[in-house]
Amino acid sequence: MADATYTQGRVATADRGRLWVVLYLATTGLVLLLMMLAGLWMRLAQSGWLYTDPALFYELMTVHGTGMVGIAALGGAAVLWHFLSAYVRLNAWVMGANFALFLIGVVAILVAEFIGGFGGGWTFLYPLPAISQDVWPAWAAAMHMGGLLVIGVGFLIWCLELARAIIATYGGLGRGLGWHVLFRGSTQNVPPPTVVAATMVTIVTTLALIAGAAVLVMSLVNLAFPAVEINPLLAKNLIYFFGHTFINATIYMGVAVVYELLPRITGRPWKTSKVFLAAWTLSTTMVLIIFPHHLMMDFAMPIWAMVIGQIFSYVNSFPVLIVTGLGALAILHRSGIRWDMVSTLLLTSVFGWMAGVIPAVIDATVVVNSVMHNTLWVPGHFHFYLLLGLLPMIFAFMIYLARDEDVTPRGGDLMAILYLAFGLTFVTMFLVGGWASVPRRWAEHLPEWQIWDQIAVIMASGVITLATIFVAMFLVRMPAMLRAR
Amino acid sequence: MSIQTVCALLTLVAILALSAVVLRVRILAQEGHDYAPVQGNAYRIRAIGFWILVLVGLPISIWLFRENPYTVQATAPQVINATGYQWYWDLDRSEVAAGAPVEFRVTSADVNHGFGIYDPTGELVAQTQAMPGYINRLTHVFETPGNYQVLCLEYCGLVHHAMITEIVVTEGTTNG
Repeated sequence: MADATYTQGRVATADRGRLWVVLYLATTGLVLLLMMLAGLWMRLAQSGWLYTDPALFYELMTVHGTGMVGIAALGGAAVLWHFLSAYVRLNAWVMGANFALFLIGVVAILVAEFIGGFGGGWTFLYPLPAISQDVWPAWAAAMHMGGLLVIGVGFLIWCLELARAIIATYGGLGRGLGWHVLFRGSTQNVPPPTVVAATMVTIVTTLALIAGAAVLVMSLVNLAFPAVEINPLLAKNLIYFFGHTFINATIYMGVAVVYELLPRITGRPWKTSKVFLAAWTLSTTMVLIIFPHHLMMDFAMPIWAMVIGQIFSYVNSFPVLIVTGLGALAILHRSGIRWDMVSTLLLTSVFGWMAGVIPAVIDATVVVNSVMHNTLWVPGHFHFYLLLGLLPMIFAFMIYLARDEDVTPRGGDLMAILYLAFGLTFVTMFLVGGWASVPRRWAEHLPEWQIWDQIAVIMASGVITLATIFVAMFLVRMPAMLRAR
Repeated sequence: MSIQTVCALLTLVAILALSAVVLRVRILAQEGHDYAPVQGNAYRIRAIGFWILVLVGLPISIWLFRENPYTVQATAPQVINATGYQWYWDLDRSEVAAGAPVEFRVTSADVNHGFGIYDPTGELVAQTQAMPGYINRLTHVFETPGNYQVLCLEYCGLVHHAMITEIVVTEGTTNG
């Protein structure tokens, strides 16, 4: 197969939203640490080491889930914006607008949870927000979902700006995905990997946000006028289409740092080949259609949707495993590099993403889902690729910026290795919990389950300590980064 | 061996294999070589991996779909109507016989719940969602007599973790 080659040429990126990229990352880091502490608190409660009122536990659970999805998107957006700026002309005010809406939404959500007592989960699964047996008032549910809506509008504007810029530079989203290369054999205006990833992200995230906004508005109407009911199965489909696609898109945002930095570190190009383009087109399609794997235990769903949920979830692993994962390993293999913090974090992220796919695909098999769905296996697999896939990408990007975009190896990588060790053991405890049939989202655990929770607490403490160090490395350099912009 | 154990072992083996590959890349990365032969090998591995995933994995995935809970037997000899409420289960009967299919007709009177059946050892053996406005029909054969528990597996609010009830499975036959 003939490859249309794009060779990585640029070194430093003069993005016009630099101020906002730095603010996004600082916010990501600080909120991340707070959300990690909330997660630690939940594991402490489950372990039996810290009594926690269930109402508070479920508020923490709601904040933790919502906050982590939010900062995954915020951090991923910072990564993608920065590197995409080298190829297309982006308007920096969009980053500012999204940031302002994000903060407004966060304040609304915090008020809803900690003053209003809302604990409906980040999935706000209809009709739970409206039916809490008076545990939280309707205004708290409305404020939580209104906050989500505001945040969603911000990210929608952000996605549309990416789409506009890609269309303006490459002539269309299809060309951003490289279809002129893939289907017509053109070698002109070949999109680099980051542009291909950005095009995929803007397509799937826009559709996800529209679905999310639709179900949020419907739920808000239901809160105001309870007589206006929603079909619960329709609501569930919309919620999982939104949630599944949005959280998946965050790692496709973050992967830009892998595509951009590994070539600079190793001096080897990341080629935009036809296989690469086919993989991203496949991912674009698959991410949008495989969400029914979240609804396999809803027997009212049509059986063809379940077939898609199982078979195409499996197929969706191909691009991650054999294109991005293998591609990254090939670039590193016998490249003559000296490992440092940034390169080890990038390797960790590739491992975390690839490995996280394995329990996810297994759980997306109906026969398995029947005995694994909504057990701790589920947080096991998504913590795998968020904690060990996405976060190392964001940490690597933070440290890269803190080092003035210089990829010359410096210092050791012990902390990155320790992060991997603690993180891997932490997520393994979730998977072991799934193997032991422990239900997810339970405020209290049975004594026989608590040994896994207790090990998780210790490991989470290590993860939080190292994450604090990574974030601090970025924050101490923040004034200098802002002065240099 | 339970499905959970098979899955855990499969995951363990696959992640260990991946770890070995990543570790090898990490160790050998410090040797400098030309990229072309490395890339050529990677392309070969990619092609082999792709065809293994297609020719071995895909048929297995399709074959596994035959084991799905969506096809309900027309005449299950035992039926339990189950309704989820915040925060308890209402079952119209709580005793069934082992060895014969039981059809659970599961719904909810308020929010979404998850109807998870745990065997006496605490292992999840079957589940379905309890959703308002829908009746999910789950057929299960209890092979072993004993006290089985139903736990809520879909977050449903403040007392979600205490939404538990029991089904007694006896030996021999029970009138449907």
